[in-house]
Amino acid sequence: MTPSYAPVAATGTFALTAWVILLPLAGAAILLIGGRRTNRWGHLLGCAAAIGSFVLGAVLFFALLAKPGAQRSYDQHVYTWIPVPGFTADVGFHLDQLSIVFVLLITGVGSLIHIYSVAYMEHDENRRKFFCYLNLFLAAMLVLVLADNYLLLYAGWEGVGLASYLLIGFWQHKPSAAVAAKKAFIVNRVGDVGLSIAVMLMYTTFGSFAFGPVLNGASSAKVGTMTAIGLLLLLGACGKSAQFPLQSWLLDAMEGPTPVSALIHAATMVTAGVYLIVRSNAIFDVSPNARLVVTIIGAITLMFGAIIGCAKDDIKKALAGSTMSQIGYMILAAGLGPIGYVFAIMHLITHGFFKAGLFLGAGSVMHGMNDDVNMRHYGALRKFMPWTYVTFGLGYLAIIGVPPFSGYWSKDKIIEAAFAQGGTSGWILGCAALLGALVTAFYMTRVVLMTFFGQKRWVPDAEGHEPHPHESPWIMVVPMVVLAVGSVAAGFLFSYHNAFVNWLSPVTGFSEGHSPINTAVLQVVTLVVVALGIGYAYLGYGLQQAPSTPPLGSFATRAARQDLYGDAFNELVFMRGGQYLTRVLVYFDMKGVDGVVNGVSAGLGGSSGRLRKLQSGFVRSYALSMFGGATLLIVALLLVRG
Amino acid sequence: MSILAASSTTATFVAPHVEFGKLSPMLIAFGTATLGILVEAFAPRKQRYGIQVGLALVGIAASFAAVLALAGTTASVVAQGSVAVDGTTLFLQGTILVISFVAFLVIAERKTDQNQDAFAAQGASVPGSAAERETTRRGWQTTEVYPLLMFSVGGMLLFPAANDLLTMFVALEALSLPLYLVCGLARHRRLLSQEAALKYFLLGAFSSAFFLYGAAMLYGYAGSVNLAVIAQHVAHPTAGSTLLYTGVALLGMGLLFKVGAAPFHMWTPDVYQGAPTPVTGFMAAATKIAAFGALVRVLDVGLGVNSAENVWRPVMQAVAIITMIVGGVLALTQRDIKRMLAYSAILNAGYLLIGVTSTTAQARAAVLFYLPVYGVAIIGAFAVVTLVRDAGGEATDLSRWAGLGRRAPIPAALLAVFLLAFAGIPFTSIFIGKFAIFQAALAAGSPDLVIVAVLASALAAFFYLRVVVVMFFSDPLPQGPTIAHPSIAVKTALAVAAFATVALGVAPSLLLHLANNSAGILAK
Repeated sequence: MTPSYAPVAATGTFALTAWVILLPLAGAAILLIGGRRTNRWGHLLGCAAAIGSFVLGAVLFFALLAKPGAQRSYDQHVYTWIPVPGFTADVGFHLDQLSIVFVLLITGVGSLIHIYSVAYMEHDENRRKFFCYLNLFLAAMLVLVLADNYLLLYAGWEGVGLASYLLIGFWQHKPSAAVAAKKAFIVNRVGDVGLSIAVMLMYTTFGSFAFGPVLNGASSAKVGTMTAIGLLLLLGACGKSAQFPLQSWLLDAMEGPTPVSALIHAATMVTAGVYLIVRSNAIFDVSPNARLVVTIIGAITLMFGAIIGCAKDDIKKALAGSTMSQIGYMILAAGLGPIGYVFAIMHLITHGFFKAGLFLGAGSVMHGMNDDVNMRHYGALRKFMPWTYVTFGLGYLAIIGVPPFSGYWSKDKIIEAAFAQGGTSGWILGCAALLGALVTAFYMTRVVLMTFFGQKRWVPDAEGHEPHPHESPWIMVVPMVVLAVGSVAAGFLFSYHNAFVNWLSPVTGFSEGHSPINTAVLQVVTLVVVALGIGYAYLGYGLQQAPSTPPLGSFATRAARQDLYGDAFNELVFMRGGQYLTRVLVYFDMKGVDGVVNGVSAGLGGSSGRLRKLQSGFVRSYALSMFGGATLLIVALLLVRG
Repeated sequence: MSILAASSTTATFVAPHVEFGKLSPMLIAFGTATLGILVEAFAPRKQRYGIQVGLALVGIAASFAAVLALAGTTASVVAQGSVAVDGTTLFLQGTILVISFVAFLVIAERKTDQNQDAFAAQGASVPGSAAERETTRRGWQTTEVYPLLMFSVGGMLLFPAANDLLTMFVALEALSLPLYLVCGLARHRRLLSQEAALKYFLLGAFSSAFFLYGAAMLYGYAGSVNLAVIAQHVAHPTAGSTLLYTGVALLGMGLLFKVGAAPFHMWTPDVYQGAPTPVTGFMAAATKIAAFGALVRVLDVGLGVNSAENVWRPVMQAVAIITMIVGGVLALTQRDIKRMLAYSAILNAGYLLIGVTSTTAQARAAVLFYLPVYGVAIIGAFAVVTLVRDAGGEATDLSRWAGLGRRAPIPAALLAVFLLAFAGIPFTSIFIGKFAIFQAALAAGSPDLVIVAVLASALAAFFYLRVVVVMFFSDPLPQGPTIAHPSIAVKTALAVAAFATVALGVAPSLLLHLANNSAGILAK
């Protein structure tokens, strides 16, 4: 089935689309403007806005569901932002199968995390501000996925970047948090430049920002231009989704409060890159080269993140490495084209459930362990936090891909799709995805074993308080349970009668591909690989006790602990290189540009000084100059007369 | 020969026909001045100030009413061909009167300097003498300033209307002589003021001589001082043109001196600095308007024939370029705000000369628009200068203005508005004025002039904005100047000036329309 982009004007129920965004936006505005006066009920308002938005999203979803497949595409024109002859920028929203999936994910997981945060941030004096930022994030993210043109999408893109910056640095009194926020912002800027150039290129190529002209015109545009746009979009996606080589910020972003890590840096914002690529499928369909680069980036990142995840002792960073890796899977799938788009999004949704659940579980553990994040100080927590243990365990089973949990359905499909790509690249990508599954099973098992099994390795915190692990309050447990249900059931539901493929294929297109190996064989192989990973981790962390202080480890372990030297590389190449570049530029600026400017101004100043001497203050010299001037006038007039 | 012929035909004296109605604006101004002299002679010293100020303002208002009454009447040459009353004349006269009214509000100010106005207690007393101290102690005031300035206003009204060279010369002297005097009457720094007055007088007399000599040569060429007759002879030459262009050069020099064009500009900074600041504002605005009016009339009526235009245009364009360069470059290094504004006035004379040399109706309209908007802004700028005071009068050194924006936000903001307007920032009246002039020059086919003018504007932005930077982005001096609280009159003047500067930048169409209509009507 080939996708087409032919929306109709949104009327009736579909006119509610804008309200999905307006609710959290209003929430953010009220909390921001209301200031301290809203402290008492600010968190409740934040939750209400998120939940309200989710309810609207659900209404829209069911309204779409009631329509036949080809009629699930609606455009809502709100107003014309810049109405200049020859240039128009509209504010309008586009509702279709793809965007509604995102709306439900964002508002659904978002609502759960709002609720969770009520308790998690209870003792933070800035809780109201936190909810303000969360609402702002929701609004911006919804703008991103609902925009009907790339310019507005870009506005939302920058909005989520801002919200992410504010929330990573929420505890700005910690220098590490402030630095992490800046790092995230700067690294994202690199990607944003790519996206902005892509958007400009679209405008010059198609004369419009709107999805319609761009996506429908892509097939008849020059392939070279489409490759350029595709690669620039990929650059944007790499920044926002922490893909190689712009991955370095995500691990540091864990400085933010854990609900933020769960919502923004696991379930939703970091997947914006995947949305961008899948939404722009018409552009990537035209350019096999751009798609190839996308798959390579995805494959590299999925290994990169998984390896980092193996070596981290910080539970949140281990999960962050895992996030990077899982998004690598999605990017890989998105790069496969029509074979993979649907599974990229499907994995994105299931990942949204289980990774948010895992993060909330990690937050719950930290809550009970005096905010210690070092897994070497955990152990044996399953008895003390049964709910956390069970929900985290279900998320764990989902992420490593044990049937029938949701990760199995989506990740397996990506592995199959990678092989189905065919040719050498199919084999390489497929094997990389398989290897990733092995490593994922290893590091996730390691996390679970170190946290919930073995013996207590608890240590008192800096102020000497012994940890007294306890189950978190029900208001934190409930979201974890809901997400765990999603982790268990979502995959099966999506795959039942190919429901998800049928739902999304009108937007993204779908093709089966030609797998070189039998699907059943591949599934067995995948399960064997996963079992190997679990077994290896059990040997290392189940049978023997993890030491409280990390061992020196092999070269590979040390490299992985250093994020595979990503930061060192950035520092060496970009920071030092950038410093040299700026020095050269400053030198050029001082000697070249300033030289010219200063030269001109010095010349003018000097001539001003010399001319001033004529202004001697003596009437006689003034009269002389007048006389000379009059003489010149006479001579000039007589000469001109000819 | 023609002199002999003229004398033989007017053997019998015929009473001249004078259209008093058409001349009423000037007559009212001169009449008010004369009344002022009588007041000076008969009114008691204590009441003179009030009477003089009131009389002058009423006189200006009455004269303006007369201009309004004449507006729309057919253009005509009156008083035996010596005065042209046409759209251009009336527009300029109205402008001069409005500007004068605003300027008089500032000149009459007494609140800013311990209930004294800006003028010496007794002009004749020797600076630093016992007589000076005595008269100051008694609170004497030189109220002669008001009738003097009214004479000057009368001269200014006549100057752009003069249709023959003799009338023009009389007007020139009528407007100049009182100014020479008033320039020397500053209360503070009297020696500087008197030096300025003497310089102004000497150089003014020098240039008047040139003007008169030029007029004589033109009479020699055409046999008449009437501009229309000269124009006829230029169009149909009966003799060689050496006499004509020598005369034009000398006459032009006298007029260029008045507008402050280079290389006849050198009096400007010295006089602007030395003169009492309110008078400087008045001169910078009103004198310039009158002088440009006269220049336009000489060039467009007397020499507005193609063959002559082709001769004087390149020369005048060269003068315009030199004027812009001199004004722009020299302003860069000025540390005194009054001198800086003087060089800025020279620079603006350069811009106006561009308009004058373009000779199209469009360019004339642009000049007519530029003159009032520039005049209002420069009066406002000098009015702000009068507010920033030290023990010895006004603190005009730029370094003393550091951080003024924090200490006196309103005056500083007003000055910033005027300076931004001079710099040609959009949404100010002078931006529109410059734009109109440059556009007219381009349409008239002088892109080179426009390029120089734009470069000079860029240069000028530096020294205008430097003042803004000093005021708003430097720390205030520990013992900075005090900021005087002006009376309601000066506040009104400042408010009007600032409002006009912004309003005519945002919605210039009304004045532009008026200027367009007036510029087309030039009695020949």
